[in-house]
Amino acid sequence: MLDIFLNVSLLLISASTIGFVYRVVKGPSTADRAMALDAIGINIIAITAIISIIFRTQAFFEVILLLGIIAFVGTVAFSKFLEKGEVIEYERDQ
Amino acid sequence: MNVISEIVVGALVLIGALLTVVTMIGLIRLPDTYTRSHAASKSATLGVLFILVGCLLYFWIDTGHISARLILAIVFVFITSPIAGHLLGRAAYYSGVPLSDKTVRDDLKTKQQKKLTHHE
Repeated sequence: MLDIFLNVSLLLISASTIGFVYRVVKGPSTADRAMALDAIGINIIAITAIISIIFRTQAFFEVILLLGIIAFVGTVAFSKFLEKGEVIEYERDQ
Repeated sequence: MNVISEIVVGALVLIGALLTVVTMIGLIRLPDTYTRSHAASKSATLGVLFILVGCLLYFWIDTGHISARLILAIVFVFITSPIAGHLLGRAAYYSGVPLSDKTVRDDLKTKQQKKLTHHE
């Protein structure tokens, strides 16, 4: 019963990840690509959670935390780079 | 694991997966960077939150104690995903990504023009 739900969910999430990859490849602007990459990171978190339910192990929870942190930091750094052309700014007043 | 807890966990995970599919449809079909950011930041966050809550419930029923790491992950994703969406939309606007043709009003543009005329 639970296996059917989990496998169908894995299939749906993988299909939507392929859709995000389409947006990464095609996206007209760089912000679109960064946005789709952020969504792919969130999807990878979901896939890891479902796989940890299927394997009945708690060993992947650190992976979930680390993926969340790394996806957030990467998105913030990329958006700072898009906006100002540098990641760490030294002059605070624009 | 009895049957009803299996059904509850499976339904939570399936709702999360369906919300992720909604995100995919929005990210492909919507016409604009900003509307796509709306789809990517809101429904993707809700989908992954449903899946993580299902995972938390499963391990709570299975082992008898709540995993603190999973609660930390849920809170972290819930806090940081709207921030990432906001920063990306802001970066897209200031780096000159055009709005869609069907856009009715642009509040940030009128506000900036007002600020410029005020300075002069």
